[in-house]
Amino acid sequence: MAVAQNRLNAPRTPSSGPGWLGKMMGTKSRFQTNRAVWGYVFALPWVLGLIIFWVGPIVTSFYYSFTSFEVIGTPKWLGLANFDRAFFKDDLFWDSLGRTFSFAAFYVPAAIVGALLLAAMLNQKLKGTNIYRTIFFMPHLIPAVALAVVWTFLLQPRVGPINMMLRDIGIAEPPAWLSSRDTALYSVIMINVWAAVGGNTMLIFLAGLQGVPQELYEAAEIDGAGALRKFWNVTLPLLTPTIFFNLVLAIIGALKVFTTAWVATKGGPSYATWFFALHIYTEAFQYFRLGYASALAWVLAVIVMFFTWIQVQYSRRWVHYEGN
Amino acid sequence: MTALAQPQVATGSRRSSKVNPTRIFLYAFIVFLCVIFGFPLFWTLMSSLKTPADLFAYPPVWVPSEPQWVNYYRVTVLPRIPVTTWAWNSTVIVVLGTVGTVITSSLVAYSLARFEYRGRNLLFIITLATLMIPAQVTLIPQFVLFHRLGWINTLNPLWVPLWFGGTGFAIFLMRQFFLSLPRDLDEAALIDGASYLRIFWSILLPLCKPVLATLSIIMIIDLWGDFLGPLIYLNSPEKFTVSVGLQFFNTVPDVGGEPMQHLLMAACILSMIPVITIFFLGQRFFVQGIVMSGIKG
Repeated sequence: MAVAQNRLNAPRTPSSGPGWLGKMMGTKSRFQTNRAVWGYVFALPWVLGLIIFWVGPIVTSFYYSFTSFEVIGTPKWLGLANFDRAFFKDDLFWDSLGRTFSFAAFYVPAAIVGALLLAAMLNQKLKGTNIYRTIFFMPHLIPAVALAVVWTFLLQPRVGPINMMLRDIGIAEPPAWLSSRDTALYSVIMINVWAAVGGNTMLIFLAGLQGVPQELYEAAEIDGAGALRKFWNVTLPLLTPTIFFNLVLAIIGALKVFTTAWVATKGGPSYATWFFALHIYTEAFQYFRLGYASALAWVLAVIVMFFTWIQVQYSRRWVHYEGN
Repeated sequence: MTALAQPQVATGSRRSSKVNPTRIFLYAFIVFLCVIFGFPLFWTLMSSLKTPADLFAYPPVWVPSEPQWVNYYRVTVLPRIPVTTWAWNSTVIVVLGTVGTVITSSLVAYSLARFEYRGRNLLFIITLATLMIPAQVTLIPQFVLFHRLGWINTLNPLWVPLWFGGTGFAIFLMRQFFLSLPRDLDEAALIDGASYLRIFWSILLPLCKPVLATLSIIMIIDLWGDFLGPLIYLNSPEKFTVSVGLQFFNTVPDVGGEPMQHLLMAACILSMIPVITIFFLGQRFFVQGIVMSGIKG
């Protein structure tokens, strides 16, 4: 009887006891217990997903990184041998890591400054802004593989249209772009900057720019500030949180650079575009050295987390959040 | 009437007479940039309509005098290059993956935004943490898992995981939106005796249409362009998606001893059409979504 009544009144009687389930979950009434149970039910797919596809794999890959493992069979414990091999014996380890940092050193500033300039220009309320925005955004939209294929085609040293045009304007020996050891890295950087500069980074800057209060510009104008001065002293300081956000994303993106290099050059010629993500990929999925590749993946993860952490620490000094 | 019209005429003429050199420079520069951003796609489109002879002609042929529309038919019937199969495989992944993400991530977000239980904040923090972990770390054990399940060279690894809450980003986006909806709606329905599932389905979800559109568009574009996943899991040409297929096509340029680059360019254009169409249909939602995630993130 009492039970039946409780159940009937459940949503409206906070006085009814929490029950054993409720005690376990720290709820104060049947209603709250019931609600918490439904909360768990709705969250269940993600809890399972986190265990199966995130937590489980992270723990496993940490374990793999100390073993030798080739998909079939069981992992064999090696201790620190994989890391020893990476740091002291694998020529391509430092080589590809250094190259990834060179990539980031060019790509990140170019992408951030370029995106900010594009956004500032789109914010000038010119006619046809929507069209320009769509054109700038297009490279970001289409599959990265298609971009890489298209650029390989455009940059062919002898018959590509870009070198044809360069010869037309009097450059007798235009660069061989992706086909030469000397220029391949810069070509890949150029393609990536071209593809990224008008994408999400620009849209986020544009939203940030539109959030700058108009009064501040007017006040600066009264003080006699020119356009450049207004940008430097009003826009930039107010935009620092957005710049910070984009910077984190750009660095993380740069450290993981893969698709363009893999499709356009396969890491060549003679390892000129062999980035760290390519090294992990080939070790893992071409040679199936899963233990060693896991160790490499953890090195990448630590670097990515380190940069995120540094930026969070450092940002406190120069990021201006409105209100403080 | 005339008095009203006059100031308009005056401002109009003043605007046109005032030639601002900075503005002109700005327009010139932006047009120049549009050429830089548009040229590769323009050249791809024109190349896809050329004959092999025109493709590398010197001086370059800008616009083919007789556009070879037949290239778009020929690219679909090549031996060993099953372009239509790739498009179908990509479509399967995009549809199943997007539907799974939208349904399950909104359920999880509903739970995070509207229910109180132990571990909820921890769950949310872990959700955000997944956004910072590079895919390479989880990729290898996931590969082993799918290998054990016998799912290598099937499309399953590319969409099934998305039915477990989608991605951290999707859950975050949906949660922020649920938090912006007034709680009175739920409470009123609860008092009327509606179940939680019913509140979610009949009251909250219909209000979420804009953010659902945003999420769907982002997922469609991401899944269609995804490369690393299909590259790892698929290894025979008839299982390839558009992205891996294009890469494969790029490595075998001469099928049957005939230059193929104009057909390769046609395939590239075909790979762009679905995402560009989706983008134009939902541009408003898409831009909003990026901005929302960027500003709050």
